[in-house]
Amino acid sequence: MTASFDVVVVGAGPGGMAAATTASEAGKQVCLLDDNAGPGGQVWRGFRTKTAGKSAHGRVFLDWTERLQQTDCEVWTGWQAIDRPAAGVLRLERNGEGRDIGFGRLILATGARERFLPFPGWTLPGVMGAGGLQAMVKAGLDPRDKRVVVAGSGPLLLAAASSLTDAGARIAGIYEQARFAQLAGFGLTLLAQPGKLAEGARYRLKTLRAAYRLNSWVVRAEGQGRVECVTLTDGRKEWTHACDWLACGFHLVPNLELPRLLGCRVAGGYVAVDACQQSSVPGVACVGELTGIGGLDKALVEGQIAGWAAAGRESEARTLWAHRQRLQRFSQRMDRTFAPREELRMLASGETHICRCEDVTHAELKGRASWREAKLHTRCGMGACQGRVCGTAAEFLFGWEISGGRPPIFPARVSTVAASAETAVPMGG
Amino acid sequence: MAGEPAQMKDEGFSITVNGKTVRVAEGTHVAAAVMMANEPSRYSVGGEARAPFCGMGICMECRATVDGVPQMRTCQLVCSPGMEVVAG
Repeated sequence: MTASFDVVVVGAGPGGMAAATTASEAGKQVCLLDDNAGPGGQVWRGFRTKTAGKSAHGRVFLDWTERLQQTDCEVWTGWQAIDRPAAGVLRLERNGEGRDIGFGRLILATGARERFLPFPGWTLPGVMGAGGLQAMVKAGLDPRDKRVVVAGSGPLLLAAASSLTDAGARIAGIYEQARFAQLAGFGLTLLAQPGKLAEGARYRLKTLRAAYRLNSWVVRAEGQGRVECVTLTDGRKEWTHACDWLACGFHLVPNLELPRLLGCRVAGGYVAVDACQQSSVPGVACVGELTGIGGLDKALVEGQIAGWAAAGRESEARTLWAHRQRLQRFSQRMDRTFAPREELRMLASGETHICRCEDVTHAELKGRASWREAKLHTRCGMGACQGRVCGTAAEFLFGWEISGGRPPIFPARVSTVAASAETAVPMGG
Repeated sequence: MAGEPAQMKDEGFSITVNGKTVRVAEGTHVAAAVMMANEPSRYSVGGEARAPFCGMGICMECRATVDGVPQMRTCQLVCSPGMEVVAG
């Protein structure tokens, strides 16, 4: 069974919501897809329309939610895009059920994930991403009185520590690998971003009881059956915290699997787009984290630009370019500030699993010439996550270029993958 | 529009994780229940216990058998009363 729309938007975080709302308000028939149970993406995960109005951040969510609801945009939740079986068609899956959807224009807003870097003990239960643990708390996990070490890099550490504190966790320490000089530079750019500065300061104040230390990083996690303690270093000395959870992620990387599958050109780690957010593939636009890790504001602006462009209203899109440019500069600054330091390449021992899906060790990968060779000889990146975790790590550890994946880009039932695309009736474009 | 997970109410219900009963609030995702049960979500090819890791549908460490259906990504799945979760 197939439906077709003028515009299909993949990813219902802020960028996707803004794109779908804008295109819909401009008169286009739009479908907004997401693999989660509801819209909001990661940044608005767990926001509820009844309570979100209490914070400025929540009011932005409410505004966009209300605007989206007032349009006739269809919102399909729980659906994962896994393939493009024919031009103008995406194949979707939900709980083993397959479905094709036709589109005239496509807007990708697939967001970002945390960059995970391997260290001894990183596969122990209780070691999670910083955003990962925060997401689980939003998803109902009770962290009251649990001792948490937060480590890694990026603004997400403070955001995660803040919401964990609010939920009753005890933060043993927050450890940022970036150097003071980098952070000082970042502070200066924050001054040009009043909204972000306030946000950062608020996180900081809430977590003041916990130490926020720069220039320090995780060396290893240890425990019987699950994490019990974490050892950190500043490059000179080491210290250890007993803990229940380690929340550790190294800033963010974009989810490039779908744009890569569609053939969108990637440059410098992000999808290359023009002034109207159009990728190198005609009719396919990319917004938000896909074009540079910039968070909420950048995603909203780029979503609107792509939405206007999809409706043929470039003049409206143009009014947002200056705002976008400021946010892009901020994004580039963040990438430089929170780039992983050299020492992090040395954390994994020979026995450390780099590929968590297939249990491939660092020793098995070291000395391979390329990502392709590593996959062929070790099954690294061939497991269920399809290299989403280990590919990103290997890129940093070994300097390999990670090439595009093959469909299906998420594990899917054989029946869905094999379903005929002949039933699909794509719209023009 | 949906999008209201983790609706925290006093009344909740029970599910089982590897045979252990866990009480959860309505709207709780299965991976969160797995963590509260302090149980693994799966065993790796080398036999290591693994638990939810990325929390957002990327890493696949949280995939478990739910009500007999294998390989369910539990971090994106909401609990329902009586659900049976078994480490894969």
